[in-house]
Amino acid sequence: MSPALLYALVGVGLFTLGLYALIVHAHLLRKILAINVMASGVFLVLVALAARTQGTPDPVAHAMVITGIVVAVSATALALALMLRVRAATGRAELAEEPLE
Amino acid sequence: MKKSNKPKPITENDSRQTQWRLLLVVPLSALAVGLGYAVLSLPSQAPGLSKHVAAKLETSGVSNPVTAVLLNFRGYDTLLELGVLLLALLGVWSLGAAPKRHEPPPGLVLELLSRLLVPLLILVAGYLLWAGAGAPGGAFQAGSVLATAGVLLLLAGWRLDSRFSGLPLRLALVAGLGVFLLVAVVLILLGGRLLEYPPSFAGALILLIEAAATLSIGTALAALFLGGRPEKGAHR
Repeated sequence: MSPALLYALVGVGLFTLGLYALIVHAHLLRKILAINVMASGVFLVLVALAARTQGTPDPVAHAMVITGIVVAVSATALALALMLRVRAATGRAELAEEPLE
Repeated sequence: MKKSNKPKPITENDSRQTQWRLLLVVPLSALAVGLGYAVLSLPSQAPGLSKHVAAKLETSGVSNPVTAVLLNFRGYDTLLELGVLLLALLGVWSLGAAPKRHEPPPGLVLELLSRLLVPLLILVAGYLLWAGAGAPGGAFQAGSVLATAGVLLLLAGWRLDSRFSGLPLRLALVAGLGVFLLVAVVLILLGGRLLEYPPSFAGALILLIEAAATLSIGTALAALFLGGRPEKGAHR
């Protein structure tokens, strides 16, 4: 098994672990972190699969990952700001089970 | 919040939750196996798009293929990405002013370290920006290093002076997208297609866009770290 394939499989594992945490935890910070772990898994798969070319790795996949990282960081920042607002409004950093009155 | 020292008795609810979690492991394992199988079944050698990139690299104005893809061949993606960054910042700012933190003044170590590190970080950002033409590096890496300097300053208790938190801050934020759009529009007016650089100017145009983008990315990420609109009249 080539190292690139191993990295890709680790990426798949990270994605699944993140998905599990996303479903299981109710706290919003944990959900945001879980989504970030999932995104890291996707990036790892993309970068690893880009190494399948002969010579230098496929630059298009690398450029996609750089774009993805920046978008992930901005989305995380927005999610954290929204979480703080939810906490300020309801006193809990969790989504309500029932719709608020 | 106080935690009771007594261990919580295992209720029916808890055990049901554990059962649900165990049940959840089954479909997720199936998903992992399926995705792993998909990855393993891909051909071990794939040409990808390397050849196409290598064939056109000479006309792109830079010699680093990743930078060529980001700023030239797929410049449209990067243009929109800078827009996404601004949109996220707009979202954070529209949620309210930055939360006021009452932190103790930073210790001597952080104070001195931030003074030593910030000039170095700015220098490294400039180097990464310049190196991006021919080696790994570029606007995003340089922008993140610049943002690190900003975050370090914020952590050490520095705040933007009120003179700069109005228009100058916003100008720095939109510089990347603005210069990118300006280049795109001028190129269209000169008869080219969207973001089709003439090969003789491509290197200079990419460096110009990247320099503005670095400033914007660094400022935007540091502003996102602040978690809200900067207060009017706030001082460092």
